[in-house]
Amino acid sequence: MSGEGNPTYLPEGLPIPVVEPDGLSAPYWAGLRESRLMVQRCSRCGTWQFGPEWVCHRCHAFDPEWTEIAPHGRIFSWERVWHPSHAALRQHGPYLTVLVEIPHAGGVRMVGNLLGDPAQEVSIGAHVEGLFEHHARSDPPYSLLHWRIP
Amino acid sequence: MLACIERTLRGHVAIVGIGETTYYRHGASPDPEFKLALKAILAACDDAGLDARHIDGFSSYSDDRSGASRLAAALGTHRLRTATMQWGGGGGGCCAAVANAAASIVAGLADCVVVFRSLAQGQYGRFGQTSGIETISGEKAYLMPYGVLAPPQRFAMRVRRYMHEHGVRQEALRAIALASYHHAQSNPRAVMHGKTLDVDKYDASRWIAEPFHLYDCCMENDGAAALVLVSGERASDFRHKPVHVLGAAVGSGYRAGAIPHNSHHYASASFDMVAPDLYRMAGLAPSDVGTVQSYENFTGGVVMALAEHGFFKPEEANDFLTLENLIAPTGRLPVNTSGGNLAECYIHGFELVLEAVRQVRGTSTNQAKRNDVAMVIGGPMVTPVSNLLLGSEATL
Repeated sequence: MSGEGNPTYLPEGLPIPVVEPDGLSAPYWAGLRESRLMVQRCSRCGTWQFGPEWVCHRCHAFDPEWTEIAPHGRIFSWERVWHPSHAALRQHGPYLTVLVEIPHAGGVRMVGNLLGDPAQEVSIGAHVEGLFEHHARSDPPYSLLHWRIP
Repeated sequence: MLACIERTLRGHVAIVGIGETTYYRHGASPDPEFKLALKAILAACDDAGLDARHIDGFSSYSDDRSGASRLAAALGTHRLRTATMQWGGGGGGCCAAVANAAASIVAGLADCVVVFRSLAQGQYGRFGQTSGIETISGEKAYLMPYGVLAPPQRFAMRVRRYMHEHGVRQEALRAIALASYHHAQSNPRAVMHGKTLDVDKYDASRWIAEPFHLYDCCMENDGAAALVLVSGERASDFRHKPVHVLGAAVGSGYRAGAIPHNSHHYASASFDMVAPDLYRMAGLAPSDVGTVQSYENFTGGVVMALAEHGFFKPEEANDFLTLENLIAPTGRLPVNTSGGNLAECYIHGFELVLEAVRQVRGTSTNQAKRNDVAMVIGGPMVTPVSNLLLGSEATL
């Protein structure tokens, strides 16, 4: 699914994710480009945190450490989108978005697309594996994290 | 003795005027947004019998573009004493804006505050479409590249999770849409006046984002609505029966704002901690409430919000949420009696606040039998959210 020349799950032309001016999420987006999933884990109290913040929400230690985690989890919720809310999606048809809970990282959740047939039945609780989708030719280049049923 | 003063809005402020513009489909307003604001404010002053130059404060929400200083200058008000903007988007602030204005009056900062929302999506762009964005950072960077672009996609997963946890069926969402359209048919202000909705039409309507059909989603509109708030002592000096603020509450629970979709209590409308505050200030319980105007970005949010305000348990949603139970005059709990965001006009819920005032006055086009206490619920599933209880003189 990843790699240049391969089709992406959604058409090109959607907004491209970039790091905020203050750089808060830079390690996350840089990680995806290297097919690594990075989330914050406080080195003082061990609390997991995603999305990122400058401080640990539990013990208030600043700059929680970025830690690589294995990209798998379970479907916490899902939606099948039919209405195109962007010009790039007008001819595309329905697609699946899932919210994935990652139990081995404190239950943090990630939004991504569920690969495969967009008409498939989706079960909350189902185990999913992550797949990195690289948009290397995009300007600026970026990578996404999708999910599939193993 | 200062420490003994009870800190409350209850009985200290009253709504004495309401006004709105004609309600339009998005892009159909002949007037620009600022002019809509002026028209609604002057209509509210007219309704009160108040010279607009006596307004000494403005309060709004959702980053309303019609700023207080420009309004005060345009209207030639004698002076400006309070100007409050409630943080947060959507309709989460529609009741908070009233609460902030009320707090300004109770604290002695101002005497006569206008609360309003003006929205011309034709002039400034639709909420339902994303365009002109090449790169994105922050919360939306985790969502938009995956096709989570507009509000339906942002909220469908939250509602799906709630339906999963509590066994809520599509029919419960449908009942909310049917009630709104039912009420709009006798409300000549409503954009969907004359456009009926029945079970078959709902079921056959296209999906926007499952579990939302077309009719589960709010409209996109142009228009403005406003009200005038004064201190309780002056409540009887105006043209109409005053409508008193019995309580208000604002906020959300633990880490409700954790992005992306990482709020602690995900399957929630964000009222779990806010609803008890409202009842506590008003000294009332769910059984005291005659009507509810509950902000519908999406019907699923109404299901969650009503449950969190204690009108039924989540597991009872399928039984409680029937068309019969939700319509005026004699339903168990008439909801969105003007047609609301789904069928009257989407003014970020401020039309709902005006409808609650009409219910207490007894002048709604869908008057409920029990109208002494009216509730407004603003902005389910966002943060901060807010709510409001209004009542007649007799409820004080």
